[in-house]
Amino acid sequence: MTTLNTTPKFIGGPASYLDDRLGAGSFLKRNLRKVFPDHWSFLLGEIALYSFIILLLTGTFLTFWFKPGMGHVIYDGPYQELRGVLMSEAYASTLHITFEVRGGLLIRQMHHWAALIFVAGMMVHALRVFFTGAYRKPRELNWIIGVLLLTLALAEGLTGYSLPDDLLSGAGLRITEGVAISLPVIGTYLTFFLFGGEYPGEDVISRFYALHILLIPGILLALISAHMILMWVQKHTQMPGTGRTEQNVVGAPFYPAFMAKAGAYFLFTFAVVAGLGTFAQINPIWLFGPYTPADISAGSQPDFYMGFLEGALRIMPAWEINFLDHTIPLSVLIPALVPMGIVMTGLALYPFLEQWVTGDRREHHIADRPRNNPHRTSIGMAGITFYGLLWLLGANDEISANFHIDLYHTTIFGRFAIFLGPAIAYWITYRICIGLQRRDRDVLGHGVESGVIKRLPNGQYIEVHVPPAEDIADHMLGKKEIPIVPGEPDEAGIPPKGARSIIGKARASMSKTYGTDHIPLELEAGEGHGHEEHAAIGPGEHKEHH
Amino acid sequence: MIGTGISVNSITARRRHPLARFAVLALALGLLGGAYALIAPGNQADAAISAGKADDVAEGRSLFVAHCSSCHGMNAEGTSMAPPLVGVGAAAVDFQVSSGRMPAANPGPQAPRKPLAEWVNEDTIRQLSAYVQSLGGGPERPTADMVDPAKGDAAKGGELFRANCIQCHNFVGAGGALTYGKYAPNLNEATPEQIYEAMVTGPQAMPVFNDSTLTPEDKRNMIAYIVSMRELKDPGGFGLGRIGPVTEGLVAWIAGISFMSLAAIWITAKKRKKS
Repeated sequence: MTTLNTTPKFIGGPASYLDDRLGAGSFLKRNLRKVFPDHWSFLLGEIALYSFIILLLTGTFLTFWFKPGMGHVIYDGPYQELRGVLMSEAYASTLHITFEVRGGLLIRQMHHWAALIFVAGMMVHALRVFFTGAYRKPRELNWIIGVLLLTLALAEGLTGYSLPDDLLSGAGLRITEGVAISLPVIGTYLTFFLFGGEYPGEDVISRFYALHILLIPGILLALISAHMILMWVQKHTQMPGTGRTEQNVVGAPFYPAFMAKAGAYFLFTFAVVAGLGTFAQINPIWLFGPYTPADISAGSQPDFYMGFLEGALRIMPAWEINFLDHTIPLSVLIPALVPMGIVMTGLALYPFLEQWVTGDRREHHIADRPRNNPHRTSIGMAGITFYGLLWLLGANDEISANFHIDLYHTTIFGRFAIFLGPAIAYWITYRICIGLQRRDRDVLGHGVESGVIKRLPNGQYIEVHVPPAEDIADHMLGKKEIPIVPGEPDEAGIPPKGARSIIGKARASMSKTYGTDHIPLELEAGEGHGHEEHAAIGPGEHKEHH
Repeated sequence: MIGTGISVNSITARRRHPLARFAVLALALGLLGGAYALIAPGNQADAAISAGKADDVAEGRSLFVAHCSSCHGMNAEGTSMAPPLVGVGAAAVDFQVSSGRMPAANPGPQAPRKPLAEWVNEDTIRQLSAYVQSLGGGPERPTADMVDPAKGDAAKGGELFRANCIQCHNFVGAGGALTYGKYAPNLNEATPEQIYEAMVTGPQAMPVFNDSTLTPEDKRNMIAYIVSMRELKDPGGFGLGRIGPVTEGLVAWIAGISFMSLAAIWITAKKRKKS
């Protein structure tokens, strides 16, 4: 067996040719060894990235046959149950892709599943970033890009969902029209502009097509690139642990370790999308039938990521204001704009609000464990509950029909739960966070149960506690204090400069609530043994064990 | 004259008999009345008696008294609990009883389809139907030909189905929710005959689609569509209940995102061995 000591000429030649012209060598040398921290939740964003790639590829395939037209044709394809039925070119070409193009149905289903996984992947990724505080300085702008990506993904989903011009997508389009036309003053103009005249008109499919395959994906692609570049330049956050500081990144180099993992993860994503596309039927437009504005089906639902808007619409009371011969339909305006506003604006502003409340201007490269910032975690859970309840209520007719619950009961439940649910979630989450912090302090202060039961000379049984493993202890000790803006008055009773106005007082009080650490890790003096001497709890230790 | 033994003269003579005009009148009236009796719908009970179904009506009445009268009244006149059944017709009886909805197990927003009671079979349904039909007429049960899916045009029926049925029953008849605990049932368990009867009688929350709204041919086309949807295999894999994006979203999260999270945990759990 021979070993290779020199670079073979057929590799070295072209390589140095390229290197001389592109300067790729030094770039790669610097970047291929870039270190990525290892934590399973750091891979969640890649679900969205890889689904996006699958979406681009499958979407391109679909454009080869899809006709974005609303001209009327009479179907004469192989699907018997629609033969002789009048429909739009868009719907007919989607039937053609489904039943006549080889692999068409599979690719269509993969495209749709990938879209659901894309948005869901973005959501779980955003939640990971939120709950670990990874959006903090210097990453606020990348967080904003992420919120924009999510918003655009919803628009991309809505336009794509409408394209086949089937009965279900028509129902979604009708709601879109209803929302647009409900806007005061500009509503009618906007609707006529969007649809090129009266709803549904003959333009909307081709317009949505241009948005769906050109404009929005273009912006998505640009923003995703910016998102990745910023992440690369700013380096990934890491979870607290042994040897991890704000100045370093501990993990595996991009090449080969991280690249292999990322590549494998792409294959997993592809497997999930292809598997779902093969085995689970999605958006069976042939069952829905072609769209006519007169028809509507029971159980008309949007795709899951629009479900929260649907739910808001369903629980909203029928309120409207008539003012100077203008009707302001609050029953449409509020559900269409308020939940979206709370969720998206809340997400976008959170880093800045938190910075303002805590006065924290430090850079953060070590992520928080969710329990260590209980108020943030509770706010996040309240948000999830708010969103989740609306999402659930968007399916209230299916819940009613399948679980035999009175439809109106679900509506009434929703009207109360949407206010109470988030508050309850906040309180429960806060208690859980505090409980988990106590547990951490307990582990650090008293050690972990070893499973060894000892009998003392006096007959008493105790369980021996041993100190936690080093990496676990370091992980727990990574807890960092949350700064609090000064708000207490000095000896003369004069509050500090920033806390004199009403807003300043509110800020100081919020800051105190947000930042106060109720469960410091170090046991206070007088509470017994310190950390070091506690490392060896021996037989002499008399502890109460109930 | 040979043959009849009656001379032409004698017929002519009888024609002029003073009673002849009455005899002709009686004959004409008899023919007319007989023909009318044959063509026109007469009194149901009398018709049933004359057609030899009197036994069915009598049997039906005793079945009715035993199983239905506690809610509908001894003479089907209705009570505070249940509507009168005079004029609902045999179609309504067949729909309700053959689908197990009647006799109802308990009063509620809606009587659900359920397994048939022991006494219910083709004969007892016929007898019960005959009794209710005898009370005041109403829609009759359709013939086998009227509900034969093979004779309908499914594509035409599909258009009518989308225009008239799916707002409650969902696009493939999977059913849906209505107000106050009522619901539009899944159509996949209904027989073609029951679907027809539901359209002409409008059971529970359902409106009536009479023959001027939807002709019998339209109804047969719709039955053809419903049956073909039921028999249509899902070409894209598991149908996920055919209720649209709700189950799709659940699958995306429960199967898709859960699996991807497990994959992420598995991938990152593989640590490089320290050398």
